Amino acid sequence: MSRYTSATPADREAMLAAIGVESTAELFEQIPEPLRLGRPLALPDGLSEAEVYERLAALAERNADAEGQVCFLGAGMYDHYVPAIVDAITQRSEFLTPYTPYQPEISQGGLQAMFEFQTAMSELTALPVSTAGLYEGPSSAASAAYLALAVGKGRKRLVVSRGLHPHSRETLATYCEGFGAEIAEVGLEDGLTDAAELAAAVDGETAAVFLQSPNFLGAVEDVEALGAAAKQHGALLVVAVDPMTLGVLKPPGEQGADIAFGEGQPLGNRLDFGGPSFGFFCGTEELIRKLPGRIAGETDDVDGRRGFVLALQTREQHIRREKATHNICTAQALNALAATIHLAWLGREGFRELGELLLRRTAYARERLAATPGIELLHEAPVAREIALRLDAPVGPVLERCAERGIAAGYPLAREYPEHEDGLLVAITERRTKAQIDDLAEALGAAVAAERVALVPGSGTNATQEIG
Amino acid sequence: MAMAETPMQRERATTIYEKSVPGRRAAVLPEAEVPELPLEELIPAKLLREEPPALPEIAEPEIVRHYNRLSRRNFDLDTGFYPLGSCTMKHNPRLNERVAALPGHARLHPAQDPRRAQGALELMWLLQESLAEICGLPHVSLQPSAGSHGELAGLLLTRAFHADRGEERHKVLAPDTSHGTNPASVTMAGYEIVKVATDERGGVEMDDLRAKVDEDVACLMLTNPNTLGLFDENIAEIAGLIHEAGGTLYYDGANLNAVMGHSRPGDMGFDIVHVNLHKSFSQPHGGGGPGAGPIAVSERIEPFLPRPQVVRREGGNGSGPSFDLDHERPKSIGRLRGFQGNFGVFVRSYAYILSLGGDGLAEASETAVLNANYLKARLAAGRAGKHTPVAFDRHCMHEFVLSGKPMKKELGIATSDLAKRLLDFGFHPPTVYFPLLVDEALMIEPTETETKESLDAFADAIDQILAEAETDPDQAKNAPYTTPVGRLDEVKATRNPVVRQPLG
Repeated sequence: MSRYTSATPADREAMLAAIGVESTAELFEQIPEPLRLGRPLALPDGLSEAEVYERLAALAERNADAEGQVCFLGAGMYDHYVPAIVDAITQRSEFLTPYTPYQPEISQGGLQAMFEFQTAMSELTALPVSTAGLYEGPSSAASAAYLALAVGKGRKRLVVSRGLHPHSRETLATYCEGFGAEIAEVGLEDGLTDAAELAAAVDGETAAVFLQSPNFLGAVEDVEALGAAAKQHGALLVVAVDPMTLGVLKPPGEQGADIAFGEGQPLGNRLDFGGPSFGFFCGTEELIRKLPGRIAGETDDVDGRRGFVLALQTREQHIRREKATHNICTAQALNALAATIHLAWLGREGFRELGELLLRRTAYARERLAATPGIELLHEAPVAREIALRLDAPVGPVLERCAERGIAAGYPLAREYPEHEDGLLVAITERRTKAQIDDLAEALGAAVAAERVALVPGSGTNATQEIG
Repeated sequence: MAMAETPMQRERATTIYEKSVPGRRAAVLPEAEVPELPLEELIPAKLLREEPPALPEIAEPEIVRHYNRLSRRNFDLDTGFYPLGSCTMKHNPRLNERVAALPGHARLHPAQDPRRAQGALELMWLLQESLAEICGLPHVSLQPSAGSHGELAGLLLTRAFHADRGEERHKVLAPDTSHGTNPASVTMAGYEIVKVATDERGGVEMDDLRAKVDEDVACLMLTNPNTLGLFDENIAEIAGLIHEAGGTLYYDGANLNAVMGHSRPGDMGFDIVHVNLHKSFSQPHGGGGPGAGPIAVSERIEPFLPRPQVVRREGGNGSGPSFDLDHERPKSIGRLRGFQGNFGVFVRSYAYILSLGGDGLAEASETAVLNANYLKARLAAGRAGKHTPVAFDRHCMHEFVLSGKPMKKELGIATSDLAKRLLDFGFHPPTVYFPLLVDEALMIEPTETETKESLDAFADAIDQILAEAETDPDQAKNAPYTTPVGRLDEVKATRNPVVRQPLG
């Protein structure tokens, strides 16, 4: 008996007899002999539970996590506090271990949770319809494109702001190889999508315009004004949003968006080095029969009791196969449940207060950082929870110096925005206290100063003299 | 059948929004500590929200009670047998939850400098190596988020592979027994699906395949063992045909749980394999996710793998190896998603592989096959043998498919009725009405983690339901009776969709 199986030798004997074979080897004879492995897998022997724990704990030890480091990293995933009830409820086996609710009579808990999730996301985005969730943020951009191309009947162009998360833009490009669609990128001007360039890029062949607000550089866009170009040419307006800002920022549904999507991690999900989280996906009534993935809907049972089912399944791959609106099957139900619980815990007032807290702490951090020698703002546009900076020294060594002081100071922009080689993105959550923000400003300032000294020919790297 | 209403049936489903009372709350947030400036000074007024979203107002004890009560309206794997075919509902070890929750995993930011995430990158690399060995293919990308995402990745890899050789192909072949995700992925990748027939032994119809293979075929997608639970004995010949025509061979790994340590897709000739970590490698299904769908590929597909890719670099000067994310992959198809993939799932699946080891994985598959064949034999020996015979009568691998056609004709109850009646017996029904080529199909996958007693009890329940239907088919037709709700009106939910709580 290996781990997690129960068949004793006596069981096996009885079972083989019932089947009418001598050994399990006979059952495997349907695999042609040359294709049988004929040797053990070249993997280590199994370990005891305690040994596995130790092995994985040792690996975990070698990561600098947000428990031991002060984390100002963001770029789509944020170190928010996840309330204890999220863990307690999502670890209940009744939520943790079932499959997709194909048998609604015994899946009412999961289905109602999806319905509540959809209600929450619909409220956040101010759009009437929400799906039960997609894989994560960036691939949801590709899902929006697939929908827009279907609705656009022959339109093959997507106009995309450079403020859309680089992972979303890259994922969109990957998928567009299959969709046969072209992408026109619109640049940023002082942190914001260039409105004139956008208006010029949208035409009658454009299926959708993609914006993000706050955009990747943290700037809050005027979605409604930018979206006018999409409306004028009959293209869908697709807007990526940070859900945690929607207690205070105007929601996409009130700015003319046809589709709003985003990365759901900030809502009740752990950082988990990038996943699993979920993508949320909301749209207008007109799009309800075109949406990707699961949607829970309300109905009645034979005795008139209220119940919930997977609605509109004729959109889905297990029914429609090659004509489905998407190929998605297993998605992120448990992660969406975590978001639902987190949002109930925050509640109407708490969610708004959290948004206000983010805005105010971010404003403080922005002022504090901008006042630090060697640090400038990358743009002056309004921001909600993330600040783009320009450092007067190479970003890599500066981050290294901050890390040595226990601070993950931010996300370097150079790889994805080569035009901002000296750019740094700093993210604020409710966990980042004023004292930590002050420490960050001090550490960043000192690191920039030290690196500037290091840059001066002939000076030692350990020099402490200020340049100025 | 008259039965008293159960307490759960008496309780009308009430959403958390309907329990909301203005002024109640759970969260207490930290003090701002910074100047409380008016928001209009921070954000232009026209970009501010006027009314906050109408989230529920409710205190923590009632939130906990609400979701606990909801949870009790779910059937789950930890409560009972869940033989949902093709879904591999095996035990979810709690050790895996514990290690995934360690702060070094759970609170690790995905943009952490790789030099400070060496443990995570090494874990990913070790999982890649393990999956490569299990699949018999040398290179792995962990990025795809689920099986369907892996399929799309495989088809985009196929597209890049052909384009790199200056070819454009248009067709993808898949058997008529394939999972619905296969044709849906084919369309998303810009290809045209061509169905291949199934022969009388349940395998690919070779003449039909030969007739359809030509220079325009980009790829053949296959599940082996297939969705009938049968290993396709002609796989070597099939692979030869496709490769000769210049196409790639894609393995849908949904059924990998049948063959771990016994046979490897790479050795069968497949170029690209996706692995459902939420099936064979014990990631809990979560009521519909999360999962992960890593892909393993052959040498000729490797240049096109998604980026970033986890790589191991040998250390110099006596230092050990280091791990990094390689973003410089010029022929890569690009990203499929944000960051590096569903890392939390990787932790659980790697813990599972460490727990079982190579021999344990082989024994898991062996026991899965033993359990499936035993249950098939038990059922055949009872009334199921007459009313719901096995669709293709030979030894199966990890699952098998029954046909409810005689039952429907002779007893007047459909497969869906049998499934609903099973709910009253405390079992999750098998997958129903799939694969499509079997009339009134019931697809049963017991997995290796079930006891003989569970299998016996399930077979007895099926027998009892069929016995009952022989005299009183209405009992099954009106089932279930004991579940929180009875049969639900799915037509209404689709005709007049109500997909959120209306708020006053």
